[in-house]
Amino acid sequence: MIRFEAVSKSFDHGASLAVKEVSFEVAKGGFTAVVGGSGSGKTTLLKMVNRLVEPTAGSITLDGQPVGEGPAPSLRRRIGYVFQGVGLFPHLTVAENIAITPELLGWERERRRARAAELLDLVRLPASFGARTPDALSGGQRQRVGLARALAAEPKVMLLDEPFGALDPVTREGLGDEYRALHERLGLTTLMITHDVQEAVLLADRIAVMHEGCLLAEGEPGALSADEADPVGALMSSPRRQAGKVAARLGAPPA
Amino acid sequence: MSPVFTQACGQLPGALGGHVLVSACALLLAAATSLPLAALSVRSPRLRWISLAGASLIQTIPSLALLALFYPLLLLVSSAAKAVSGHGFPALGFLPALLALTLYAILPMLRNAVAGLAGVDPAVLEAADGVGMTPSQKFWRVQAHLAAPVVMAGVRNAATWTIGAATLATAVGQTSLGDYIFSGLQTESWSLVLFGCAASAALALSVDGLLALVESGLKRRDRPRIAVGLGLLAALLIGALAPAVAGSFRPKAYVIGAKNFSEQYILADLITSGLEREGARVSQKSDLGSAIAFRALAANDLDAYVDYSGTLWSNVLKRTDTPPRAELLRQLTVELKRRYGVTVLGSLGFENAYALAIRKADAQRLHVASLTDLAPHAPELSLGSDLEFLSRPEWRALSSAYGLKFRSERRFQPTFMYRAIAGHEVDAISAFSSDGRLAALDLVTLADPKGAAPSYDAVILISPHRAADARLRRALEPMVGRIDVEAMRRANLAVDRDANKLSAADAATALAKALGL
Repeated sequence: MIRFEAVSKSFDHGASLAVKEVSFEVAKGGFTAVVGGSGSGKTTLLKMVNRLVEPTAGSITLDGQPVGEGPAPSLRRRIGYVFQGVGLFPHLTVAENIAITPELLGWERERRRARAAELLDLVRLPASFGARTPDALSGGQRQRVGLARALAAEPKVMLLDEPFGALDPVTREGLGDEYRALHERLGLTTLMITHDVQEAVLLADRIAVMHEGCLLAEGEPGALSADEADPVGALMSSPRRQAGKVAARLGAPPA
Repeated sequence: MSPVFTQACGQLPGALGGHVLVSACALLLAAATSLPLAALSVRSPRLRWISLAGASLIQTIPSLALLALFYPLLLLVSSAAKAVSGHGFPALGFLPALLALTLYAILPMLRNAVAGLAGVDPAVLEAADGVGMTPSQKFWRVQAHLAAPVVMAGVRNAATWTIGAATLATAVGQTSLGDYIFSGLQTESWSLVLFGCAASAALALSVDGLLALVESGLKRRDRPRIAVGLGLLAALLIGALAPAVAGSFRPKAYVIGAKNFSEQYILADLITSGLEREGARVSQKSDLGSAIAFRALAANDLDAYVDYSGTLWSNVLKRTDTPPRAELLRQLTVELKRRYGVTVLGSLGFENAYALAIRKADAQRLHVASLTDLAPHAPELSLGSDLEFLSRPEWRALSSAYGLKFRSERRFQPTFMYRAIAGHEVDAISAFSSDGRLAALDLVTLADPKGAAPSYDAVILISPHRAADARLRRALEPMVGRIDVEAMRRANLAVDRDANKLSAADAATALAKALGL
């Protein structure tokens, strides 16, 4: 369970707040997507969970434990982190990239090798990819490796920051569905950032809407989109409106 | 093979060893300074600015000047250390060369290391944090790894540059491949200059090639390639240093100094062969400036060398009076012993005075035989001097005594000074009276009727530590009073002339034979 309590963050000594007193929680096994435009503070909010950014005020707890207790690296080894830039280590092979957190945790070489193979299979990459270097992979393959790397040390909590943002729509849809399946199968608790409301609606159980550092609303997609007069409702029902327009333009699918 | 080449090859192990030692130490020291500094600079923009600006500033100091400036500085530190702990250290040779070359090597290494470390993809660094690396794991496993090829390119630049610049270390008494270049320049032995350049270039290219191998190994993450490059570099280092290391187990050598002209090389070789006949091991430090040579002797960095009474009188004792020749020598002997503990063993028997010389044709045309005659014509004439004459007190004494004011004054390496007067680029030069080229080039020296300049007896000086050294005295005393100016001129000309040149060592052997030493 991830719990935010009145969390604020200022990058300029209090002159302005990138995140303003945000409170909500992601239940154990829950999947929450945070949506919002650029500069809404959603990425800052996510990075405060694994302390890539330290909050100015408020507290964040994981299963009741404040994340600020203890050293940040050991916290991060317990949390899977996937971001749009992926950031695969170019000087390591795919298998070494995947097994990096287990290595930092001191796993034996054999166990690391087995884990890397298992994860390649989990993210549907051929085992032979383990020996390749990241520069030999396509964008979608890299993001799969990034996902495998985040899952390697068997975290219970996953943070995804625009994980599929740089991918083509088909790859994006496929990878999104696969992640959702993994989330179920592995019993993960997931917090995902996206600017794509449709993606949020399709993947997440709950949605949090951020605007200029404030949390405007948090709840199930259906409930949030009920009132189209409300700005949040308008935002949340945009996929439905768009789907209608798309269907009208494309006509009925061929039989 | 020509005798010059054979002899040059004979000196190669020593010169190469000294060159490699000082370059390698300077590069290691520069790496040990600049790489940590770069790592810190990447985190602090202020430190980055300060360190890069400092390193760039050092780079603007001419290299020879930087080398020379370390000598007085180290001398000061050494005497302070001696006062405090009772132990000084040699301020000439290895240390000033090491420090100057190190300072120079810092900039290319620092600049590349900062660029390499700062250029690592921020997404990769964020991932390093995200997977749970500690700051030091992030630095060593990711940032340093990815910056390595760029850092190595800086190391390569620094290495090539340092190996080239180490030839200048000869000027502060560090044996290097520059020995060939400096002495070749002085004795117009162009093949010797080329030999020195070629040896230094070959060394620089091989080191650069091996470092390139390491660099490409780092780029391709190819461990065997890196190992081969580093292994060959280590082998080169060990191979070059082995003769010096083997030599250091033998008894301590006598160090004989020489200033930067042919007569000095010949006399240093004469002293060397005398000592070797006595069974001593001898090393030489040549191409020293006048002031450096005496201070080095007084500080026991040199054991013996030949200097000239008038030079010491004006420059060391700062005297402006000009007593008669014998009286000057007597007072000089007493004063150098009293003030510096330096022994004047005796005069070799000839004078090598600074004298103004003009072409014989001009002397006849203008009816000039002395400086008094020259003074009225001086404003139409140009003067060429060696590198130090115009800064020396003797020139101030001469120019004020006779009211000499030339149309222009230019400084040359002695070799080029003679070339310049022969080629009518200058009309008068600050010649050396024992120089064989005076007669060879049809030059006449002008008399000093007012006695404005002191006499310049060539004298053997012995360092304070070696004052009572019986072997040194046995080797050197037979030379006292034995060399007349004609013999010296012949020896000098044999080295300086264009055809049938002798090496300084051969000229010294011929001189010893002629004198029955």
